[in-house]
Amino acid sequence: MTLTLTHYLVLSAIMFTIGLAGVIRRKNLLMLFFATEIMLNAANVAFAAISAYINDLSGQMFALFIIAIAASEVAVGLGLLILIYKKYGTLDLDKLSVMRG
Amino acid sequence: MEAIAFYIFSILILGLFLVTILSKDILYSMSSLAAGMVLISGLFFILGADFLGAVQLVVYSGAIMALYAFGMMFFDATRKVKEKNSSSLLVFLLSGATAVILVVIFAAPTIGKNIKPLVQATKGVDNPHAIGEVLFTKYLIPFEVAAVMLLVAMIAGIILASKKMDKSLSEVYVGADPETEKKEQE
Repeated sequence: MTLTLTHYLVLSAIMFTIGLAGVIRRKNLLMLFFATEIMLNAANVAFAAISAYINDLSGQMFALFIIAIAASEVAVGLGLLILIYKKYGTLDLDKLSVMRG
Repeated sequence: MEAIAFYIFSILILGLFLVTILSKDILYSMSSLAAGMVLISGLFFILGADFLGAVQLVVYSGAIMALYAFGMMFFDATRKVKEKNSSSLLVFLLSGATAVILVVIFAAPTIGKNIKPLVQATKGVDNPHAIGEVLFTKYLIPFEVAAVMLLVAMIAGIILASKKMDKSLSEVYVGADPETEKKEQE
């Protein structure tokens, strides 16, 4: 039984769906960050698999840039989370909703 | 042989990520996410993307998870996450529909026949060597832009996290209304 590109793409799609379900379901801001990381990783796996199977390096390049973007996103996002926690004392989205229209 | 490794890795990865999004404990969730990242680098090694696997290990499981663990010191990690869950049927419907659409989208390039490689790897060199050659010729400007972006993110992280750093978190009145806190300071 040989591995095909579809195996990797289906795995990546399932991973992305898990991340998306996490984003929809969770109400804690830190958990939303974790789910976002899962989705970014799913994209990385898809990029690397396509790059390996059509023998093209640009997929790996894009995965590399995605990792760089994820690193900077975490740095800025965690700073913002710390500010929110200092200001409100919670990370729960239901308690943080201050704009009532 | 590769198939066995692939299946073991993918089952473990999916299980760990499910623990990540379902767990009520932030520490469990974070450590299972870190383990999943490590196993994803195993997938990259199977695919022959050695450099990407090493970067995944260093940056994701090293730097990003360490950053989360560091940020965890500011939050109360021992408390269980309490949250009100709205209808789970909606969640399953939305994410299921997205899964179907994603499979269709991802299956499209494998059905298409006119896909040509854009950047061929140099023949007869290792993967890191080939990546280096492509990264510093064709993708040099995005590389520089990514470097500047990381610098900006570093400065932003330092400035955001270091506000009121002279005061301990326990001294800051937790849950205080910002208005009253300002009056108290005056």
